[in-house]
Amino acid sequence: MSSEDRLELRRAAVRPRAFGAWYVTEHHVRIWRRYLGVNVATAIGTPFMFLLAFGIGLGLLVNANAGPGGVDGVSYLVFIAPALIATSAVTIASDEFSYPVMQGLKWNPIYIGMHATPITARQVVDGLVLFVALRVTATTFVYFLIMAAFGGVPAASGVLTVPVATFTALAFGTPLFAYAATLREDRGQFAVVQRVLVLPLTLFSGTLFPLEQLPAFLQPIGWLSPLWHGAELGRVVGYGAERPLWLTAVHLAFLVVLALAGWRLAVRVMRGRLDA
Amino acid sequence: MSAVTEQRAMRRGGVRALYAGNARAVVGRGLVATRSSNWVVIASGFFEPVFYLLSLGVGLGAFIGTVTDAAGREIPYAAFIAPALLAVSAMNGAIYDSTWNVFFKMNFGKLYEGMLATSLGPLDIALGEILLALFRGAVYGIGFQIVMQLMGLNLSWWALLAVPAVMLIAFGFAAIGMGVTSYFTTFQQMEWIMFVLTPMFMLSATFFPITVYPEPVQWLVMALPLWHGVELVRGLTTGVVGPELLVHVLYYGVMIAAGLAFTTRRLRALFLD
Amino acid sequence: MTVISATDLVKRYGEVAAVDGVSFEVAPGESFGLLGPNGAGKSTTMRMVGAVSTRTAGELTVLGLDPDEFGPEIRARLGVVPQQDNLDNELRVRENLLTYGRYFGLPRRLIAERADELLEFAQLADRGDAKVDELSGGMKRRLTIARALINEPRILLLDEPTTGLDPQARHILWDRLFRLKEQGTTLLLTTHYMDEAEQLCDRLVVVDHGRIMAEGSPAALIRQYSTREVLEVRFGSERNAAAAAALADVGDRLEVLPDRVLVYADDGEAALVEVTARGLQPLTSLVRRSSLEDVFLRLTGRSLIE
Repeated sequence: MSSEDRLELRRAAVRPRAFGAWYVTEHHVRIWRRYLGVNVATAIGTPFMFLLAFGIGLGLLVNANAGPGGVDGVSYLVFIAPALIATSAVTIASDEFSYPVMQGLKWNPIYIGMHATPITARQVVDGLVLFVALRVTATTFVYFLIMAAFGGVPAASGVLTVPVATFTALAFGTPLFAYAATLREDRGQFAVVQRVLVLPLTLFSGTLFPLEQLPAFLQPIGWLSPLWHGAELGRVVGYGAERPLWLTAVHLAFLVVLALAGWRLAVRVMRGRLDA
Repeated sequence: MSAVTEQRAMRRGGVRALYAGNARAVVGRGLVATRSSNWVVIASGFFEPVFYLLSLGVGLGAFIGTVTDAAGREIPYAAFIAPALLAVSAMNGAIYDSTWNVFFKMNFGKLYEGMLATSLGPLDIALGEILLALFRGAVYGIGFQIVMQLMGLNLSWWALLAVPAVMLIAFGFAAIGMGVTSYFTTFQQMEWIMFVLTPMFMLSATFFPITVYPEPVQWLVMALPLWHGVELVRGLTTGVVGPELLVHVLYYGVMIAAGLAFTTRRLRALFLD
Repeated sequence: MTVISATDLVKRYGEVAAVDGVSFEVAPGESFGLLGPNGAGKSTTMRMVGAVSTRTAGELTVLGLDPDEFGPEIRARLGVVPQQDNLDNELRVRENLLTYGRYFGLPRRLIAERADELLEFAQLADRGDAKVDELSGGMKRRLTIARALINEPRILLLDEPTTGLDPQARHILWDRLFRLKEQGTTLLLTTHYMDEAEQLCDRLVVVDHGRIMAEGSPAALIRQYSTREVLEVRFGSERNAAAAAALADVGDRLEVLPDRVLVYADDGEAALVEVTARGLQPLTSLVRRSSLEDVFLRLTGRSLIE
């Protein structure tokens, strides 16, 4: 090989080395666009339904019992709006980081196809994480607008519920991503994870009612749930809920650490799958 | 109509081309597959409604207190919501078995192609899958009933009839679900099912009485199948039993008949035309 | 001057050595084959050359670079046609080429131009908007090859390119690959079909159990390890062994297979005359030229396709 030839070879990989993850994101966006109809309908329909069911329906029962302004000093709708935004974000993440990951490795192994190009295993992971972050941010922003239009997010800092929800989604999603990437056969593991992990972490996380309403033995589940940390953080920015500063810092740290740890783990697992 | 086309129409109209009377074989295969599948998956299905009951019945219930039932009594929120969760889990189980599960077997597993290469017809498969769904629904239903009993949420002996009611609900949704699934070709299209089911789940008197809505909305909700299922089971477990329960049963009878006719028609279009 | 150079290459998965000390070199513009049965270590070797699998031991350079260190640089100049199609079923035919081109960091306009040329080359120009699922097996494989060419690779890696295709689809595919070869693209391919190896390979190695058994051009290998012609005789599955004992000194060499006896001789017809002269009446007989199948049988005592 001449040195000129070597230089040419190096040059061919400069752009993929720098922007490879973004190219993977582009791919996911292209596929997402194919299902634009159902995606947009869900993004707009779901918050309206939440408003109708929880804000109005359940709100009547709660407010009748607790009196208006009885929940954490605000109306029921205001209390749950940040939590609902975070819940929707988590739902998207748990959809994107489960079956599609197995599909890309096994049923329709496009990740293997990507890796045959200059794209590295890390970039395959980064590209999907980036895509999910974008999708969650865009969707929760729509939620936020609709909730805000109905008075669900009164504080000026309310728009911060969107990045909070994105962090919550990643804290929930990247560990799931790492787990999904380890699976070689589908034996219903996702159904189990959904039922015994995702569901309790969602239900016992102080979204529809304060965590303290639960019996003491169920409350620790909430402490471990990214959704509880995300919902509480959302309440601080959504209506200025009064929480100790240290607790708010713990919420934020919990989400960031979990998201980064899951992400790192996913890269490791994916390297094992694609570079073995 | 000429004799030939008439004969052809008769053959096409008949059920014999679709049904070999051997749905048992499909059920048998399903049970064998269940035995060799992960027991954790099966066990975990039981926990789903229990978690909902703990979270909403206990956590949210402490927050809400009591709800006025159809007979004007004040009942605990947990007793109000438990029968709804039972009906919803019957619906979800039946929908899962007849949509995702069937979709997967149809498009990825190619299981049905293999079955149809034998003497089995599409209707055998459809009935077999539905029977399996009902079997699972009954098992989970009984489990949940036991939990309700332990938590003191069965307010009447009529509650014993809740399990057959749950199977009726599951049958109705499974019959429709299979026909709908036959239209789908990608996973993402399947999300439309959730798009329809989630609002129904939230609004069908599951979490709160529909009296909170204006009257036109109430009529709309009362047209939905889940509302009839919830009211039927709730009537039985809280012991508010009257002739209106028969209306709910009739609703499901019609739904099952229509669903089976629809599914059979679709299966014929898919596999025989 | 070589584009691929492997020396004592080893890949172990736990205790199992999938590739066990393989050495070969490929020159620019050459068409080089790895011939062997399933599980011989061909695909593992391909993955190491394709810079998606780190080696356990030995030396390997691709385009003068070490794949363990310069994976992206090497892959930027490779085209890969995997054994299992991994086209994106959720995208349409042309979209598959467009997204794939992006992974190389190529500008969109350039990719669009090349995509049209490649669809033409793959005889899929009228299928650009079709769903991948609607394509036949042969069309999918041609699309995969078109996709592998989107970056104008210096080396094209083909893992079992025609496995699972019907004879007509195979011939179309061979024709396309032959054109690439004429244009000077270096081909590295694995196959367990001897006719494919004979059609496409300038040079090949016979691989079994992760080791190289022989190396050379198809003609040279046949010359070295087999006779010019082969006589195939069948006496019925019960009587083949007994008949073979009576034929021990006919021709250069005998192979007794469960269903037939192979007599290796430079003149097959003469051998057949000798068989009948000994009073043996075969049920069927066939004289043919030696192939790589015979080479493999000689080297390993087993058939290529079990």
